[in-house]
Amino acid sequence: MADTMQFDLVSPEKRLASAEASEVRIPGTEGDMTAMPDHAPTITTLRPGFVRVVSNGTEDEYLVVGGFAEVTATSVSVLAEKAFKRDGARKEDLEAILTEAREHRDKQAGPDRDMADRFVADLVHMLELMA
Amino acid sequence: MPSLKDLKNRIASVKSTRKITKAMQMVAAAKLRRAQEAAEASRPYTERFNAVMAGLSAAASGSDSAPKLLSGTGEDKVHLLVVMTAERGLCGGFNSSIVKLARAKILDLRRKGKTIKILTVGKKGRDQLRRDYGDLLIGHVDLSAVKRLSYPDAQGIAKDILSRFEASEFDVATIFFSRFESVISQIPTETQIIPAKFEDEGDSEATTVYDYEPSEEEILADLLPRGVATQIFSALLENGASEQGARMAAMDNATRNAGDMIEKLSIQYNRSRQAAITNELIEIISGAEAL
Repeated sequence: MADTMQFDLVSPEKRLASAEASEVRIPGTEGDMTAMPDHAPTITTLRPGFVRVVSNGTEDEYLVVGGFAEVTATSVSVLAEKAFKRDGARKEDLEAILTEAREHRDKQAGPDRDMADRFVADLVHMLELMA
Repeated sequence: MPSLKDLKNRIASVKSTRKITKAMQMVAAAKLRRAQEAAEASRPYTERFNAVMAGLSAAASGSDSAPKLLSGTGEDKVHLLVVMTAERGLCGGFNSSIVKLARAKILDLRRKGKTIKILTVGKKGRDQLRRDYGDLLIGHVDLSAVKRLSYPDAQGIAKDILSRFEASEFDVATIFFSRFESVISQIPTETQIIPAKFEDEGDSEATTVYDYEPSEEEILADLLPRGVATQIFSALLENGASEQGARMAAMDNATRNAGDMIEKLSIQYNRSRQAAITNELIEIISGAEAL
């Protein structure tokens, strides 16, 4: 069994990370999951949160908002609509995202509203963790 | 026969034109590099995205509950053409070739009796289409203030298109843009974005059976709107690179033409100057002989 797998984090604008990782924690919509080599092939959507990558014993953290992750036995690809390195994220950017999400939520109704509410709550939680 | 002074002025003016086109060429070259980098940087995302969507949509398109964005509205009456062009001219046939492709599509759809709506991105395309199809234009996206294309720009356009789709304003959406092949070749392209079609490039991926979290349908419903934005974003980036490539080639041509013209004018200038001198000499000599 290989003890590492290929990890890629890409956003539409650039590739943020590409490394050999031994462990990746992904904030899935239905709960966090940790992918390790030989994980069952899975596709999950993301909720706003942190992706934690362990590679060569060092840990990196990234902020992701929206998108999905594809896990196979040998690789993890996280495709995030917005992604930042945890220390590189600017507070203004995140707050802009939050404001936009709130505006979007206020226009929704029914089940969409619940989804949007959760999205906003996740964002707020993420921002709290940042502070 | 223009006078010496006229010729001199013309040479000076062509020279300054050459300076301008030369500068524009160099600016375009620098911008092209940046645009190409941006296009390249977005490629990993787009490719992975399309591969996953191809797998998902192949599985879902058979079922009746497939989302409308994938299966269509069941009708094929109203077509939305999204014509993406540049905000500026002076880039050779770049804008016209995109518009030409769109025109051909319009004629074709008209013959089939479809209703057509046009959404333009970029001022030049709007200006050209407004002349003939002003009544079909339903909107325009202005990107002239945008210095560097970013994903939110594409999301904005996608949001506009999606809200029109939800309001049942059209059945089929097609985007027109120019694919960047090389500096000398940009290929005008049309791509249907709604109902979504994803080309599966590597079919080895498709054989993997994935677990889906949440369910396949929910993921699909979440990702399809993002797919529209992704496709628009990559089209915008390709267009950006194409525009700069086309401008670079056009300005290179212009610079060369200006050089040729300066040469021709200089020869003419020198000839007339020599003719004037000879004339004067003859006058002096014949004057001296008369004495």
